[in-house]
Formats: sequence, C-alpha cells, structure tokens
Amino acid sequence: MIDRAQRALLIQRLRRWAVHLGCHTLCLPVAASCVFPLAWMVSSSLKTQATVFSNFSPIPVPAHVENYLLAWTKGRFGIYFLNSLGYTITIVLGVAALAALAAYAFSRFSFRGSGFLYKVLLSTMLIPIPGAFIALYVLLTKLGLIDTGAGELLPRLGYVLPQVNGGLPLGIFILKTFFDKIPTELEESAKIDGCGSFGVFWHVMLPLAKPALAVVVIFTTLSAWNEFLLAFLVFSRHELMPLQRGLLVFQGAHLTDYPLLMAGMVITVLPVVAMYLMMHRHLIRGIIAGALKA
Amino acid sequence: MTTTRTRALAPYLYVLPAFLLFATFSIYPFYKLAALSLFDWDGITPTMRFVGLANYQEVFAHSPVFWRSFWQAGYITLLALVFQNALALALAMAVNRELRGGAAYRVIFYLPPILSGIVVGLIWGWIYDGNFGVFNETLKRLGLGDWARSWLADPKTALTAVAVIHMWKGFGWGFVIFLAGLQTIPQELYEAATVDGANAWCRFRHITLPLLAPVCILVSILTILGTMQIFEIIVATTQGGPGYHTEVPITRILASMLGSSRFGYACSQGIVFGLILFVVSLIQFRLSGRMERRRA
Repeated sequence: MIDRAQRALLIQRLRRWAVHLGCHTLCLPVAASCVFPLAWMVSSSLKTQATVFSNFSPIPVPAHVENYLLAWTKGRFGIYFLNSLGYTITIVLGVAALAALAAYAFSRFSFRGSGFLYKVLLSTMLIPIPGAFIALYVLLTKLGLIDTGAGELLPRLGYVLPQVNGGLPLGIFILKTFFDKIPTELEESAKIDGCGSFGVFWHVMLPLAKPALAVVVIFTTLSAWNEFLLAFLVFSRHELMPLQRGLLVFQGAHLTDYPLLMAGMVITVLPVVAMYLMMHRHLIRGIIAGALKA
Repeated sequence: MTTTRTRALAPYLYVLPAFLLFATFSIYPFYKLAALSLFDWDGITPTMRFVGLANYQEVFAHSPVFWRSFWQAGYITLLALVFQNALALALAMAVNRELRGGAAYRVIFYLPPILSGIVVGLIWGWIYDGNFGVFNETLKRLGLGDWARSWLADPKTALTAVAVIHMWKGFGWGFVIFLAGLQTIPQELYEAATVDGANAWCRFRHITLPLLAPVCILVSILTILGTMQIFEIIVATTQGGPGYHTEVPITRILASMLGSSRFGYACSQGIVFGLILFVVSLIQFRLSGRMERRRA
C-alpha cells in the first residue's frame, strides 16, 4: 500500500517536472529572442565600421566606447536626447496635472454635462481616427505651431500640446476610477478643518492617488518618448527634433554607419528600459486597466 | 451667496483646462477631417474647391494602391491574430502556473512592446540585412545559405518579414492581458475538473477557453486596430517598398497628404479607413455580447 502511494507521488512529481520542462522549452527561446536584438544592438555599437560587418563576436575587443561620444556630438544624439527629455517631462507633468484635476471633478461633483463629457472623452480611446493627423497638421499650421524655420517655442508647443491632450483620456480614466474608491469620510474631516474643494484635492486626494499617478506617469512617459508621427509632421530643424525622429534623420544621412546608429539607438532605448525595469509593476497595472476598461 | 456660486463653478474650473485641450486637439480635428474630405485642397493655397463626395468616389473606385495597402495590412493583421496571439496565450498559460523564473519571463516578454516602432524597425532592418545581417549569417552557418536573401527588399518576403517584426514587438502585450485574464479564473475549477477525470485538453477546452473568451475578443479587437494602423516599423524598414509591396493605409494617407499634396483626398481615405475599423470592432463587440448572453 505504502509502496503504491509512494509511486503515485513519484509519478505526480515526474509529471509536474515534465510540464515545467515543457513550459521552459517554450518560454526560454522566446525570452532569448526578446533579449538578443537588444544585446546585438549594444554589441554592434561597440564595433567599428570595418569590423561591424565581419566580426560576429558578441563582445567586441577592443570595445569602441568612443562611438558613444561621436554619436552624442557628431551624430547630434545629444541634442535629440535633451529635446526628448524636455518634451517628455513637459508632457508628463501636463497630463498628470490636467488629468488629476478633471478626474477629481468627474469623481466628486455632479455638474451639468459631466456624464456626457466623460463618455465623449473615453470614446476617443475606443474609436480609431486614423486620419486625424491630417486635420491636426492643418490646425497646427493655422495656429503657427509648425516648425517653419523661425522661432523655437511655438513648434515645441505644437509638439507638446496635442500629446498632453492624447494622454488625457487614459489618465482621467485611471485617476477617476481610483478617486471613486477613496471613501468620502477623509474629505469630510478635511472640510471641517477648513479646506476648500481645491484644498481637499491638493492635501487629501492627490497624496492618496500616488499609485494611480505612477501608472499615469510611466504610461505617458513611454508614449511621449516613443512618439514619431507628430515629430515627423511638426519639425524640420534638427535642433528641435526628438530622438525617434533623429534616428531616421541620422540613418538617412549616414546610411552605412551602423556602429554610430546602434550607439544612437542604445542612447534612445536606455532610459525607457531602465525606467521599465524599475517600475514594471506600475506599467503592467496600467496596461491591464487600459485594456480591460471595456 | 458668493460661496455657493463659486462652489457651483468649481467643477467646471477643474475640467476646463482638460476640456480646452480636448476641444482644440480632438473635437475640432475630428470635425475638420470630415469637412476637408469634401474639398479639393493642396494644403497651402487659401482657396479650396468644394467637390462634394468626389474624393470618396475616388477612394472607392479609383484607388487600387490604397486598397492594396489595406489588404496588405490585413495580411499582417491575420498573421498577428493567429500567430502572435496564439504565442501570447501559450506563454501566458505556461507562466501562469508556479513556474520557476516566471517573474523574469514576465519582465522580459514585455521588453519589445516598450521599445518604439522606429527602434524595433531599425534593429530588425540590421538583422535582416541582405549582405551583413545576422539572420543570413546564421542561415549560412546552419548550411541553409541558399535561403539567404535580402529579406526586406525581396518582393516575395518583404511583407511577411515586416509582419514578423510587428509580431515580435506585439506578442508581449497580448501575453500580459491574457495572463491577467487567466489569473481571474479560480484555481478550484481546475482542481474539481481534475478530480472528475478531465484531462489537460478537456480543462483547456471547457474551462480556460470559455472563461477567457471575453479577453480573447478584446485582445483580437485591439490587435486588429493596432496592426491595421501599423506605420513606424514600415517607415524604419521598407518605407512601403519594394514597389508597393509593404505599403499600408497610413503610409498611403501620408503619401496623399505630403507626397501629392491632396489633403481632401487624404482625409477621405482616413475616414473610410477609420469607419471600416470602427465597424469591425463594433461587430466583434456585438459578438462578445451575444456570447455573454447565451452563457447567462
């Protein structure tokens, strides 16, 4: 009897072991395929124009770290990087501030048209408008927010404002859902202590909403940092371009300079990968919230 | 009196900044898109010529390249629906159990989706390169040198090669959503089914699939919407070439707008394309609603 029980246990263990082996056989190659292109990019960025086509070793010796300096200066990736950084920070701050204010109003006040406006806002996340960029381009031209070779602030604004708007629906959705779950008792006591409605927002709601804000921030950061189409439409001068646009400009001008292009790509990718590794839990929560909203 | 009035005003003030941006950069362009589609306009001259529905007529009757680009995006979408989502579901099911290293897989699978389409396109362009690419080099070392070719420049392989890049970038996203869906299925169901003698296939067929159906439909809708509007990967690899072999609707709309300076025509292309996408996702929502009701 004991023998049979032991055998059953052994079979069960073997079976589980086999299942796990199967899972890893599926997952490991896929994981490798995710990492390999990135590793190859880093490795190629450390080779020279002469060795990059012949040297297939993953870790090049000597490593040409000076490629990064060249990419930063000669390749203008330094300018592109600072531009991307400035745009992204502005867009993130704009989305977080405006979405939080609006979400607070949608969550805590019932005012005329609030339900309708909220629905219209959310519907823009579901209804695809693939040609909207044409009309947006016409509008920005009319407002003088397209890069025409003179002035810096206006085209930069023309690049930032539509993206702040683009981030609002998801931001408002995430924050309103979060505010709705906060019990009103906290606000009541703050009101008794003499807080106005903005005081409640600033001292009570906003600090409590930190986890939701983190989701909004990381989500907006990714989409702003990776944006390309609007940068393509708005900018004509290198001094104003963000990284995604700069990469294609560099590729167009130095078609075969792969090591520098790869160095530029590492510069482009490094901040988002670093942020992702630090904050991936928030990001995953945001994706799920965004996707399962329907 | 004044305090009640300001109190009534407060919510409007909180919504106002967001509303102003939204009205300017979402509602107005939406209206403008529809209006412009009725005009013949080069985007520069102050005068526009009203042409009624002529642009739409041209889109439907005389735009072979546009419709070709539409079906090409459809081909990529079909591949993504089948292979990308099957892979995403399989991986989610593999990681959903108590797997050692599961946390690492979760982080790694979502790496490609956080990269921009431009970066992904440029890396893969380099991997696929006809002369110096790692892909061809690997084939040669495996003794399959005859297969080596310029994958993105060969009319026979370009579209599929682009589709592979797109699926590589996208599967991690489906994986995350499938995994979230799987984790809502109570483990007791599987245990009970196992006690009743259901094998792995039975449990998948009668527990996982039906309970995951809403998530599957959601993922397919978003896959269709995302893939049909593929653009950045194309720009960073083939730019629509060779010939028109990898043209997609967005590249065509851009070409009508900036290439041939026909803003009205570009707008009507955008609207027709947007309406098709809208109808497709509406049908799928209906289907999922009907399935829910049948089960209830």
